[in-house]
Amino acid sequence: MLRVEHISKTFNPGTINEKKALDQLSLHVKPGEFVTVIGGNGAGKSTLLNAVAGIWPVDSGRIVIDGTDVTGLPDFKRAPYIGRVFQDPMMGTAPDMWLEENLALALRRGQRRGMRWGISKAERELFKEKLATLGLGLEERLSTKVGLLSGGQRQAVTLLMAALKEPRLLLLDEHTAALDPATAEKVLELSDKIVTENKLTALMITHNMRDAIQLGDRLIMMHQGSIILDISGEEKKRLTIQDLLDRFAALAGVPEETDEVLLS
Amino acid sequence: MLAYFSSLNPAALFRAAPGGIAQGLIWGIMALGVYFTFRILDLADLSVDGSFATGGAVSIMLIINGWNPELSLAVAFLCGVLAGLVTGFLHTKLGIPAILAGILTQISLYSINLNIMGKANQAINVSKTVLRITSNATYLWRTIGIAAVCCLVLMCLLYCYLGTENGCAFRATGNNASMSRAQGINTDRMKRIGLALSNGLVALSGGMLAQYQGFADVNMGRGAIVIGLAAVIIGEVIGEIFFGKQMNYFLRLTFTVIGGVIYYLVYVLVLWLKFPANDMKLLTAIVVAVFLAVPYLQDRRKTSFRHAGLMGKKEGGGSGC
Repeated sequence: MLRVEHISKTFNPGTINEKKALDQLSLHVKPGEFVTVIGGNGAGKSTLLNAVAGIWPVDSGRIVIDGTDVTGLPDFKRAPYIGRVFQDPMMGTAPDMWLEENLALALRRGQRRGMRWGISKAERELFKEKLATLGLGLEERLSTKVGLLSGGQRQAVTLLMAALKEPRLLLLDEHTAALDPATAEKVLELSDKIVTENKLTALMITHNMRDAIQLGDRLIMMHQGSIILDISGEEKKRLTIQDLLDRFAALAGVPEETDEVLLS
Repeated sequence: MLAYFSSLNPAALFRAAPGGIAQGLIWGIMALGVYFTFRILDLADLSVDGSFATGGAVSIMLIINGWNPELSLAVAFLCGVLAGLVTGFLHTKLGIPAILAGILTQISLYSINLNIMGKANQAINVSKTVLRITSNATYLWRTIGIAAVCCLVLMCLLYCYLGTENGCAFRATGNNASMSRAQGINTDRMKRIGLALSNGLVALSGGMLAQYQGFADVNMGRGAIVIGLAAVIIGEVIGEIFFGKQMNYFLRLTFTVIGGVIYYLVYVLVLWLKFPANDMKLLTAIVVAVFLAVPYLQDRRKTSFRHAGLMGKKEGGGSGC
């Protein structure tokens, strides 16, 4: 489904702030696979997701989604394949537009936007139905400006929008990091539900190792722009936090005391 | 003092008012264009000062060359669209900040407008040309009617556009660009469409004003952006008094036009009060600055460090050591 082949990205090349964020990274994700991504700050997790989303072009390498080479396409042209949820709950929705208008925008992801009405009656019913599954009572608030919703509600809506028009690939970039623990838990459950119910292929960055172990069927750990650990199947099910910490220390060559600071 | 008041002639004010309404409606169309960029795209486009005069110049020159006045307005609109596309190109393709891109277009249009007219101003022989939009006192109310119908038709068209898929993408672009791109919207393209549409409306308005006054002048657009902003802001303030913050786009567009009319009625009133005409632009700028500052200052009054410090002192009742 997703094939990333030897991609590299260096920010601010030739300056004192030069930073090699991705180093010859390769990753193959099978259809329906739910991959969790962990790693310390600056490991290149968000850079990897942004490279796949097409925020900027990579320096070298190839990105193929479902057989289509998207390396040369900017983000809005990759949108037909990709659903995205950002770390900042404010980023995934248009605050001054109504809830139904936001959903209608998402329903047309990757389609030509012409002179037909932006939203139809049948769609409104669909939105009500979909919003009801969130269990947040949002189905009664279709004509509320999204900016008036709470961070957790907005993140749930963004998640719904990302999955509304089934994407081939769902990118979740630490999408619960800015929420309080209880809300984060809810949004995470919802993510898992949406991914498994729709059999979506997904990449999820998290700083929480417990979440990384519990969710998904494959876990990759990044360090200095490369994947240093890739665990799936039975092995992943047996994984414990202590295992991860030990292996991180061994692979990255960092004394164990600092691991928790880096990874927790 | 008494001499000043006795020198004011109420009848003169009533005679001047219809002219103010007509000009206000014409500027209202310009304000609709400004609303599209300033409020929806969240982008201050200064090219309108140039495209307003372009609209006037194109319309007047075509009429001088025997064109039908209404047809000349369509051409003026298209010229404005072109001007907007230039600003859009400078901004989205060459990475020039929007304000600077607008200024570059504006200043280049000054030369282009001089070339269109061949000199700094051109007049049409109003006694020979049949104009539907004219300041001729006999037809003034008819002019007002035509201008009002034009505003209404444009408002309906723009309102419908904002409700379409493309219009929704346009609004999303100004509201949250990163979300729009994630949804597959080419935000640069939407900005170019917005700038083109906006400048088209501005040039149309410029053409109508030139017909109204019977001439086009290379300086007729100077400060147009400020008048457009004044209309948008005055309209918003008045609209919120009647309908609160939850106005739909039709009301917002309506009040933008009403803002233009009120601006010109105030203009007429201030002139009638013998305020020097030379200082009008200064007055307009002050009005716009005040209206832009008020929401900010209101917010600051509730949540400023100074306010927090004062409240803290009141609650703490002293140093407490």
